[in-house]
Amino acid sequence: MSAGFNRRRFYAMLVKESLQIMRDPSTFLIAFVLPMIMLFFFGYAVSLDPPRIRIGVALEDPGPAALSLSTAFERSPYFQVNGARSVETLEHEMAAGRIHGIVVIPQDFSRRLHARGDVAGIQIITDGSLPNTASFFAAYAEGVRANWQAGQAIRISRAAAHPIEVAHRFWFNPELASRFFLIPGSIAIVMTMIGTLLTALVIAREWERGTMEAIMATPVGMSELLATKVIPYFLLGLGSMAVCTLLAIFLFGVPFRGSALGILALSSAFLVPALGQGLLISAVTKNQFVASQVAILSAFLPGIILSGFLFEIASMPTAIRALTYIVPARYLIPPLQSVFLVGDLWVMFSKDMAILLGFGALFFVLAIRATRRRIA
Amino acid sequence: MEAPLATARGITKRFSKLGPPALDAVDIDILPGRMTGLVGPDGAGKTTLIRLLTGLLDPDGGTVQVGGVDAISEDRSAIGYMPQRFGLYEDLSVIENLSLYADLRGLEPALREERFRRLLEFTDLERFRSRLAGKLSGGMKQKLGLACALVKTPKLLLLDEPGVGVDPVSRRELWRMVRELIGEGIGVLWSTAYLDEAEKCDVVFLLSEGKVLYGGPPAELTRKMQARVFRVFTGAQGRRKILERSLNRDDVTDGTIQGASIRLVMKSHAAAPSWEALEVPADTRLDSAPPRFEDAFVDILGGGPRGSSELARSYRTIAKSAEPAIVADNLTKRFGDFTAAGNISFSVGRGEIFGLLGPNGAGKSTTFKMLCGLLIPSSGDGRVAGFDLRRARAEARQSLGYMAQKFSLYGDLSVRQNLNFFSGIYGLTGTAQRQAIERVIEVFHLGKFLAANSGTISLGFKQRLALACAVMHEPPVLFLDEPTSGVDPIVRREFWTHINGLIEHGVTVLVTTHFMDEAEYCDRIALIYRAQQIAIGTPDELKASVSAKNGVSDTTLEDAFIALIEESDRQRQTV
Amino acid sequence: MWGRLRAMVVKELWAILRDPRARIILFLPPIVQLFIFGFAGTLEVKNFDVGVYNRDGGAWSRELVERLSGSPNVRRIVPIGSADEVRAAIDGRLVIAVVMLDQQFSANISAHRPAVIQAVYDGRRSNSAQIVSAYLDRIVANLGAAIRPTPVVGLRAARSQSVVTNWFNPNLDYLWFTMPGLVVVISMVSGLAVTAQTVARERELGTFDQLMVSPLRVSETLIGKMVPPLLVGTFNVTLYLLLIPTVFGVPLTGSLFAFYVALACYMCALIGVGMLVSALAHTQQQAFLGAFLIIVPVILLSGFASPVDNMPGWLQVLAQANPAKHFLIVSEGVFLQAMPVREVLANTWPLAVIALVTLTAASLLFRSRIE
Repeated sequence: MSAGFNRRRFYAMLVKESLQIMRDPSTFLIAFVLPMIMLFFFGYAVSLDPPRIRIGVALEDPGPAALSLSTAFERSPYFQVNGARSVETLEHEMAAGRIHGIVVIPQDFSRRLHARGDVAGIQIITDGSLPNTASFFAAYAEGVRANWQAGQAIRISRAAAHPIEVAHRFWFNPELASRFFLIPGSIAIVMTMIGTLLTALVIAREWERGTMEAIMATPVGMSELLATKVIPYFLLGLGSMAVCTLLAIFLFGVPFRGSALGILALSSAFLVPALGQGLLISAVTKNQFVASQVAILSAFLPGIILSGFLFEIASMPTAIRALTYIVPARYLIPPLQSVFLVGDLWVMFSKDMAILLGFGALFFVLAIRATRRRIA
Repeated sequence: MEAPLATARGITKRFSKLGPPALDAVDIDILPGRMTGLVGPDGAGKTTLIRLLTGLLDPDGGTVQVGGVDAISEDRSAIGYMPQRFGLYEDLSVIENLSLYADLRGLEPALREERFRRLLEFTDLERFRSRLAGKLSGGMKQKLGLACALVKTPKLLLLDEPGVGVDPVSRRELWRMVRELIGEGIGVLWSTAYLDEAEKCDVVFLLSEGKVLYGGPPAELTRKMQARVFRVFTGAQGRRKILERSLNRDDVTDGTIQGASIRLVMKSHAAAPSWEALEVPADTRLDSAPPRFEDAFVDILGGGPRGSSELARSYRTIAKSAEPAIVADNLTKRFGDFTAAGNISFSVGRGEIFGLLGPNGAGKSTTFKMLCGLLIPSSGDGRVAGFDLRRARAEARQSLGYMAQKFSLYGDLSVRQNLNFFSGIYGLTGTAQRQAIERVIEVFHLGKFLAANSGTISLGFKQRLALACAVMHEPPVLFLDEPTSGVDPIVRREFWTHINGLIEHGVTVLVTTHFMDEAEYCDRIALIYRAQQIAIGTPDELKASVSAKNGVSDTTLEDAFIALIEESDRQRQTV
Repeated sequence: MWGRLRAMVVKELWAILRDPRARIILFLPPIVQLFIFGFAGTLEVKNFDVGVYNRDGGAWSRELVERLSGSPNVRRIVPIGSADEVRAAIDGRLVIAVVMLDQQFSANISAHRPAVIQAVYDGRRSNSAQIVSAYLDRIVANLGAAIRPTPVVGLRAARSQSVVTNWFNPNLDYLWFTMPGLVVVISMVSGLAVTAQTVARERELGTFDQLMVSPLRVSETLIGKMVPPLLVGTFNVTLYLLLIPTVFGVPLTGSLFAFYVALACYMCALIGVGMLVSALAHTQQQAFLGAFLIIVPVILLSGFASPVDNMPGWLQVLAQANPAKHFLIVSEGVFLQAMPVREVLANTWPLAVIALVTLTAASLLFRSRIE
């Protein structure tokens, strides 16, 4: 009775692993504290929504038209205006980083507005050091002006003023809340953490503490050993995902239009390569400290930067885009966002799940080969 | 002759291309019903050999067979293995660990209840059934490790240094338990660095630097030393000087201190020593003594070192002073409501070696740490070289030299960088620093290794480097924490030669140790057990007190220790 | 004291620089990260695909489609044939937006009637979608301006326009924002990680007791341990200051002296935090995880991922205690804004305060650890 599968043995190892999970503080930190931190930050702190930009309006023309335009800026919900000041003061404020935009309504504004054949210009000065904010500011400021203009042009037919109008409809997320896509994305990161980081630590810890040696001297098989490590963490990953999903829906108000089966299938498919990667790292490094560093560098960072979670993959240079194809998280983000905001899109899901399982198979094969019953 | 349970023939194993192999053409047999000892210092290759026997390593040459098949594919349910770190899951309780190993080894469910009951009784762990393994004391962990290895009665039991670091009482119990199993027909391989354990095995394999120096019954090897060992009762005064002189003689191959006497081993074919040769008074008692296994081991290794210490010769002489060099006055340390050490009191004079003995967790390390300033006492006072530990910590620290357990050095830095660092933080600069470093390089023969990472040099040299780093600033007091753990007897003797030399210059030494025969080098010893100081006195006094009580004449220090511990337990129970 | 301090500093430097592998880990990953994250970390929207559902065959719709496909940020136009296809294209992420032109489009324009374009966007990527919508608006507005007849003489037309000037970063090149930010983030990660392990490693090796037993004062130990991360961090940042303008073309306009002063305070603040972590951790691995758990919120709260102004008020207050937030302002200021020295220093004194607080706390913690 040695290398053949033995149910008692298998079950005993599962029990051991589960008990250890419950009694180990790292589990609490990584499977609970870290997800809470991420959800919290992506729910409250990080926002890619249009910001409420602090700007200044330099009103150089005392005329009523200029005043009316200035008021339009103050009333806009996107801006926080510090009251009208001189251009020099505002320029200092912007250089000091206290405001991030200046609108200048020059002296000749009202005059030129009513002069025939002339165009009254305002200056929009953005803070280019924050390009995202700058683009929004330019666009919204222009919008304020255009709307104000439309309100003024009572005598010109609308068609002449605006021959073409665009009606924008944002499907799935009409409120344009960035947290509706950031939070599902952070669930992917959480599963990466549990699947890769936590698992990478687990085997390395057994090596360091010397229990691996003792276990290898018993009849247990190496594949059996790996399986009993994977299963509890798989369940933990799904559990954590479930808790995060519930929080996302009930605490952060993220809509959930898919099904429980959908998200379960996606998460399970993703956990396979995540766990495989963790096991591989663990088997190769045999040292907790190195394992955690490698896990962070090879799973967490790519998961955040290269998966499409925060940054649009299409916008990246070609070389970097090529790199994203080998990041498993890349295949989870779109389906995960869809299962929350759209519904079950099985066509898209099955394609991505197949790729994920392919990665998973690769990692597991490598991990099994790296876990030999040898000390050196 | 029964068939051996395990054999190794011509085993060679290398861990790096350069440097000597870890094992070099080793042959070994383990027979059932016998206690086979695998003996040698750290780094000799014991653990490597055991791992080869469990099939956890591939040999580079030779064959290893267990139960008739190659070790890699052996039937693992028939062997029990206790690795050096016991293989226990710290987050699991005693019973959970036992159950795990029972299932892993394939113990039939019907037998579990009975087997667990027996094992827990055997190891006296029944009342700790639900305690987490991480919370057990060292001795208890060792017993649990053994229990897990035995949970399904194996045919072959492989124990990697099961008795290390544990109090002598537990060690004897472990030995007794294993002996019982031998009686039931199991074959046991017990690896150890303690030579007194080696002596008690049925068959012994002596390993040194990967080679087997001897394989066979220990008594046969010891017999070769017959009529070469003598004991000279020089009295407590001046025995070190006499030892130094004797070791410098050409006809003496080895010598150690034993209480108030010295023990000399003559070279083979040398005549018995005479009073004139030893330069001792003519009425000094000079007896022939029975040889010990250790004597044979040292002889095989080529004999012990010379008696004079280069280090001592160039050391400054510490000024005499009325004040004792180390004083502990009711030192107590409490962690919450747990008292780690209570009311420890002793005083050590200039030029004395004082030993702290006791099992791990008894409070000896706590006391040691309080005296060298690593822990602040909860109550009581301590003084080192006249400086109060509470008020003048920095000055106190300048006056002491410290050698940490396991010789904690900066493994990633070179030997020279370590020397530079330690001399620097003890305030040596410029010429003085350079000279101090050159001096220790010469004394300890570190010249070849100056550029090597200190983590890669052999254990013997690590120990020398650690001692070097402790003495460059010529402190009047030395604190040595298990300074010779794991080194071979030759290195250990060399070390004590240096220490003895330093004593002659007035240096005071506080040492902790597990080796009873090392305790013999001390002028006085304090026994710390369960946070209390249960005895204090010279080694001979302690032995005599127990002899008197038990009516036995020749108590060893270990016997004395055990008797005193048992007495203390008895008193505790009646209170 | 100087002898002891010198010995400690020399040892610490050797400890991190001696091993060739450790040297590589100290200097290589930050450079690699600078490149990869620099290029990857963009909130711009480029190379996107747009679907066009054109039910009009007229000239104006063709004109619009041509302008769309000719614009630099659009990678390709995907022709859509039916409403179902629109749904599928968006759901399947084939395109980020679909522009829908009804049959009357060209006719309406020619007849000076209002022509309306429907545009639907993938709201799963709402941030990018909004940028695309603004982009679309601009293209449409340009087309509109081309269509609009010249004003009839005699009609009083009130017309205004805005002229946009982008300060500091005329082309709104995203890299110009990311790079200075990465200087802040990457130097923090390596600084914090190196410091956090330093004491935990000694504890694990057993050499910590050696230090505590020696005459080294706690302050000397701390200062000694501060030197390597300070030097390594400064070296790395200097390397970035050389690489970023030359390789990435981001200008360096402000006072280098002020920058280095702020950098020193920043590193000290981070080292203080790292020391705290190190004092609390028992093993290197715990120290690493602790540092990691701190790094994530610090980056998120720094203003690099999203502006601090966007955060709820109480979180903004918390962000004041974040060294990265202050140094990010300095970094962006010195690179892009030619920030005057006075302003740089105004953002530096919070760093000095944080450094003082954390270093003091760390040294107190070390002292008490001797218990």
